[in-house]
Amino acid sequence: MARIFVPKDTTAIAVGADAVAQAIANEAQARGADVQLVRNGSRGLLWLETLVEVETPAGRIAYGPVEAADVPGLFDAGWLSGASHALCHGPTEDIPYLKNQERLTFARVGVIDPLSLDDYAMHGGFQGLRKALSMEPSAIVDEVVESGLRGRGGAAFPTGIKWKTVLSTGDVQKYIVCNADEGDSGTFSDRMLMEGDPYALIEGMAIAGLAVGANYGYIYVRSEYPFAIAALEAAIGLARRAGWLGADIQGSGRGFDLEVRRAAGAYICGEETSLLESLEGKRALVRAKPPLPAIQGLFGRPTVINNVISLASVPIILSKGAAYYRDYGMGRSRGTLPFQLAGNLKHGGLVEKAFGLSLRELLYDFGGGSASGRPLRAVQVGGPLGAYLPESQWDVPLDYEAYIGISAMLGHGGLVAFDDTVDMAKMASYAMEFCAIESCGKCTPCRIGAVRGVEVIEKIRRNQAREQQVDLLRDLCDTMLSGSLCALGGMTPYPVLSALDHFPEDFGLESANAGQNAAANAPIA
Amino acid sequence: MLETIIKRERDFGTPPSDSTELVRVTIDGTEIDVPAGSSVMRAAAEAGINIPKLCATDSLDAFGSCRLCLVQIEGRRGYPASCTTPVEAGMVVWTETPKLHELRRNVMELYISDHPLDCLTCPANGDCELQDMAGVVGLRNVRYGFDGANHLADQTDDSNPYFSYDPSKCIVCSRCVRACDEVQGTFALTITGRGFDSRITAGQNDSFLESDCVSCGACVQACPTSTLMEKTVIEQGQAEHSVITTCAYCGVGCAFKAEMKGQQVVRMVPWKDGKANRGHSCVKGRFAWGYATHEDRILKPMIRGDISEPWREVSWEEAIAYAASEIKRIQAKYGRDSVGGITSSRCTNEETYLVQKLVRAAFGTNNVDTCARVCHSPTGYGLKTTLGESAGTQTFDSVMHTDVVIVMGANPSAAHPVFASRLKRRLRQGAKLIVIDPRQIELVESPHIKADYHLPVRPGTNTALLTAMAHVIAIEGLIDEAFVAERCETAAFEQWRDFVSRPENSPEATESETGVPAEQVRGAARLFATQGNGSIYYGLGVTEHSQGSTTVMAIANLAMATGNLGREGVGVNPLRGQNNVQGSCDMGSFPHELPGYRHISDDTVRTQFEQAWGVELQPEPGLRIPNMFDAALSGSFKGLYCQGEDIVQSDPNTQHVAKALMSMECIIVQDIFLNETAKYAHVFLPGSSFLEKDGTFTNAERRISRVRQVMAPLAGKADWQATCDLSNALGYPMHYRHPSEIMDEIARLTPTFAGVSFKKIDELGGSVQWPCNERAPDGTPIMHVDEFVRGKGRFMITQYVPSDERSTRKYPLLLTTGRILSQYNVGAQTRRTPNLLWHDEDLLEIHPQDAEDRGIRQGDMVALQSRSGETVLRADVTERVQPGVVYTTFHFPESGANVVTTDATDWATDCPEYKVTAVQARRVTEPSPWQAKWSRFSDMQLSLLAARERGDAGLAAKPAGQADPGSRKAAPVPVGASSQSVPVPAEAGAAGIAAVAATASAATDVGREGSPAECPAPVLNAQD
Repeated sequence: MARIFVPKDTTAIAVGADAVAQAIANEAQARGADVQLVRNGSRGLLWLETLVEVETPAGRIAYGPVEAADVPGLFDAGWLSGASHALCHGPTEDIPYLKNQERLTFARVGVIDPLSLDDYAMHGGFQGLRKALSMEPSAIVDEVVESGLRGRGGAAFPTGIKWKTVLSTGDVQKYIVCNADEGDSGTFSDRMLMEGDPYALIEGMAIAGLAVGANYGYIYVRSEYPFAIAALEAAIGLARRAGWLGADIQGSGRGFDLEVRRAAGAYICGEETSLLESLEGKRALVRAKPPLPAIQGLFGRPTVINNVISLASVPIILSKGAAYYRDYGMGRSRGTLPFQLAGNLKHGGLVEKAFGLSLRELLYDFGGGSASGRPLRAVQVGGPLGAYLPESQWDVPLDYEAYIGISAMLGHGGLVAFDDTVDMAKMASYAMEFCAIESCGKCTPCRIGAVRGVEVIEKIRRNQAREQQVDLLRDLCDTMLSGSLCALGGMTPYPVLSALDHFPEDFGLESANAGQNAAANAPIA
Repeated sequence: MLETIIKRERDFGTPPSDSTELVRVTIDGTEIDVPAGSSVMRAAAEAGINIPKLCATDSLDAFGSCRLCLVQIEGRRGYPASCTTPVEAGMVVWTETPKLHELRRNVMELYISDHPLDCLTCPANGDCELQDMAGVVGLRNVRYGFDGANHLADQTDDSNPYFSYDPSKCIVCSRCVRACDEVQGTFALTITGRGFDSRITAGQNDSFLESDCVSCGACVQACPTSTLMEKTVIEQGQAEHSVITTCAYCGVGCAFKAEMKGQQVVRMVPWKDGKANRGHSCVKGRFAWGYATHEDRILKPMIRGDISEPWREVSWEEAIAYAASEIKRIQAKYGRDSVGGITSSRCTNEETYLVQKLVRAAFGTNNVDTCARVCHSPTGYGLKTTLGESAGTQTFDSVMHTDVVIVMGANPSAAHPVFASRLKRRLRQGAKLIVIDPRQIELVESPHIKADYHLPVRPGTNTALLTAMAHVIAIEGLIDEAFVAERCETAAFEQWRDFVSRPENSPEATESETGVPAEQVRGAARLFATQGNGSIYYGLGVTEHSQGSTTVMAIANLAMATGNLGREGVGVNPLRGQNNVQGSCDMGSFPHELPGYRHISDDTVRTQFEQAWGVELQPEPGLRIPNMFDAALSGSFKGLYCQGEDIVQSDPNTQHVAKALMSMECIIVQDIFLNETAKYAHVFLPGSSFLEKDGTFTNAERRISRVRQVMAPLAGKADWQATCDLSNALGYPMHYRHPSEIMDEIARLTPTFAGVSFKKIDELGGSVQWPCNERAPDGTPIMHVDEFVRGKGRFMITQYVPSDERSTRKYPLLLTTGRILSQYNVGAQTRRTPNLLWHDEDLLEIHPQDAEDRGIRQGDMVALQSRSGETVLRADVTERVQPGVVYTTFHFPESGANVVTTDATDWATDCPEYKVTAVQARRVTEPSPWQAKWSRFSDMQLSLLAARERGDAGLAAKPAGQADPGSRKAAPVPVGASSQSVPVPAEAGAAGIAAVAATASAATDVGREGSPAECPAPVLNAQD
């Protein structure tokens, strides 16, 4: 019997994976071939989707991108025994894009059947939770602190420190909240993980619950992620039935349970305090801090709120030890980050690597340069609030602090590449427009400032009192940076100012002119 | 002086912290110690430093949206908002730096880029925080120009009669939304859209009028711009001075700042430092004050020989002389006790005191009673008997410390809205709630509030229910034995315990009587006894029963048994209906009691008053109100002085009352309007509204608050002056230069008031809770702290005796009555305001099942018949009432709710049993015979008023119906009938005849505008 893996990941389905799976089943039946279809997650080699893998004695052999029409030919070519074909890439693990990664958090994604508890356990699943069940809460927290794990949602706050705060509160009711409202442009790692390895997230949350004394959790999932929601809900049900969730996890006497909540459909819902408001059934307005959610979070209770990747990285930290994880990375950026390559790149996809490599490596060694074949000109790193980096900055190591040093940020690890046809003034305007559209409307700099930002940039583009408007734009950016309540208004100036500073010609400015105030307006991170 | 406060009160930006721990911080180089948990903004304000702000105000939790209040804190990155940043020990804060200046100016520039530049013509000009802040931050130009996106074309919502919403002025600070949520607790407002499209919305994109908004005014109060603005300010402009006074509506006794222009009220604003209301208000006090200058006000004294005659306007001197001569004549003919007086819970303490003094000293009889007879007299009796003092035990603030609340026979969100908001706030914080009421009042389930228990008790069975709760507490060992042993009479307690423990008092045994499932009673009793601080709030649904006094004692028993007396968060709290119910009782208005609840038969007390007043007083109690009516019908009671009370509309069994009045020879009514009682009167003395006089009101928490004159009495005299004049005319001298002298006399003669004076009240910040005397010089917020006023608390046996008034085959439904939010009591005030928009007639609430049985549908006319009488109301088919129970209000005279109520009364106090009347309901097509008669009689009386002989011939008569937006059913003045039938009194003389002529022609003019009407039937026939 041959096992064939056809991803059930949203990306794969978007390019026809379901049709491919159906074609394989039909073809196998017609040919009387004994085939078992496994719907795995995506390997993250998105330009190869639908990437079909056939299990052979020599390992899993990759074929892609496969379309339904290719299926008879692949059978004809003898792919069930791993035979070569125009679409064949040899053993999946040997594809350089995958082989050169350091997959810790994503180790199982694309490999296993996402809902198979056996698969999960066979690939190291639940070892972290088992270990945690034998540990004191403070020891679990210490392990996470030791690992150097920082919030992967973008803020990069040390996860263990956050847990320590929640642990130290005396409240009897605490919560674990997973922020899965992944809304940054060019990002998809949260979704890939939830669809491809939901138990990893569940396990991470259960460990968090044991660590801080919380017995209940919520996963707040972006409403545009129906497959992720379905995968999580199915996985939660199965895990509960198998005793990995509930009042008495594996007979330990310790309990944790959780549920999925569909997000309210706005970018701002991913801001952690807005998310808590939304979870409470209210309008997603940003809360002022303090109080920190760790002290007064969901329903006023101490709450750990972490990103999907942060929580899904916890099991391996527990199972392999803090040192194992910490040994990856550089400086204060420890472990790995799943980078997401998007935009005008030949090989878009997910690349999990330790911190410290350069953007240039990601763009060319993994991304294969532009998809259009034209020279790359600018890359936005870290989502819609991240700076646009010109080529001169592409060799800066991907490290939280190094990026802060150039007024940029790693954020959630998404990057969007543009070739030399991009109009960076238009991109700056778009950054303001995005903020205007997604602002919750609570604080003034964001609510009114973003709208004025669009208008001012349009005046600059039209050369309407350009010099004065550029000064006004810088003033506005400073007001938003210094005055906004949350990161949406507070970081929108990053893409705007980076475009202005690095690509002044797109604004109709001499470079010297535009840059004159740049230093004075350097953001305070 | 409180009167001369600055127009804009100091706003500390964020609420005070209640921490006792002090933290030292340095702000702009000034060291200051503030309570831990204070915001940096508040700490700065305490140090006299005003940090610019727009979204912050100290009545609301910090929000942090405007970003004007940014500061720099040494050792911290960025620019934290001072409103949301709590102080920390050793913090060093700078509130003004070049960078902060630039940031604030730039934020303000953004605000103004989406704001009309019409300050000079804006209603908020001179009272606008946005304008102030633009000045403070030094905004000089808006570099963005005004060609960008904006909201300047947004349309104003004028639907609410009292305030408008102009979204073009809105800065989206959310203060209104937060005020609606946090302060009022109605959650009617929200923000729709997001980002730049964020807009304030009432309900789900409703107009303000159609939404759940209850017009409490909290949003208008909170708005820093002219977005939400009182229409009176839009029309009249900003006030130029203000006076602190006390609201004349319900027993909460809210302090208001009357904002004035000369003698004209511009708006009433709840006073932040008012201790009863803490800066909050309801639609009545905040907005429904226009009645005070309504054109229906009668501003000249009038007299007439018979109620079929038109009125004749006379001078004060003539009116007083006539009234005095009539009193004397009647006493000479029928004896000293043939006259009496009724004081009002709407008048001041001083006025009330004077009326009872007039009756006792000048009339020489104890025939004085008060309208509190018909509401809270059982409270006085029940609490005096058990605890030793006839008053509530707590402050309103106390509710913020309670853990479990019983609300019984009261509907605070309608009748005591400002207290209800405090209660709801506490409930949202997690306090438990038990509602005991036949009806599903709003508190049972409202936004973010759900009662833990709603015990829908069958009307008339309150005593049985409370005794059953006591049974559970006694049997299940939940009595606070230590408290009882230390604080209560042992023998009485043991008797009580034996009594309540009897099987027949168990919830199971009484279930069939009360209609409340036993398990619910048990659950509620356990909750109340075990949850911590337990408090009981009750209203007329407890007192207005034939067992009202017993139920009050059952409440006191419950509080004592659970140790819930004598500290914050607990207590027995009667919610008083009218503004001065407590005060009118305190002032000796009852026939058997002198001021301070001391019995008239007590020789020592009586002698003290005799010496002070210089007269001999009768030692025997006089007539109670119901006795007065009975005596009138039997021919022994012939004269009445009734100040500020409408007994015809508010007392039960209207036809009985009307007959009694018609059998009397001289009725002197002192009121601001020609109310239902005045239609039977012979002398009308124009009263003054609360805006026109000085004095004090005492609210439900025993708080004596100052009422301050903001305008001269429209009729030339305040009520107390008229009473003095009458007394002087009767030959008993009363000479006071100012109401403060009356209070000084009260203080001299009343031990619980010994320390009270207007000066003292001012010194204490505007109010004081009695007892205020040597033992408690600053008043007594919580009573019975170490011991009960009577020494040991006394448990009373509360044997349940069913009301005579029971549902029968003939009258199978039980009618109970109450109030709604927008109207007040007999409606004389609120019916003369736009509050009619919310409620313009009394409806009969009936359960769908009962309605279906009778073929009654929503809006049908329904005849409601009891053994007393019949009236017709329109049906509101609703599940708010339980099957077998119907409910209505009594705000409109034509509804005749009290035609139906019976003369059954409380066994101890004669308080009428308004809350239980056995009735039948059936669908009809026209008003009841009584209503037809009422209508004819009322029309005739209004025409007699319209045809009144004017003291000032230059004034044309006012049309009766037109002047009054509330009297929708008022008929036009009959043409011819009035002018021809107007007799010219002999003493009127030539001027009088001229006036009659003028009146007649005016009446004719009016007649042309209306439709012709029949000549009314003779009044005596109309009422038989």
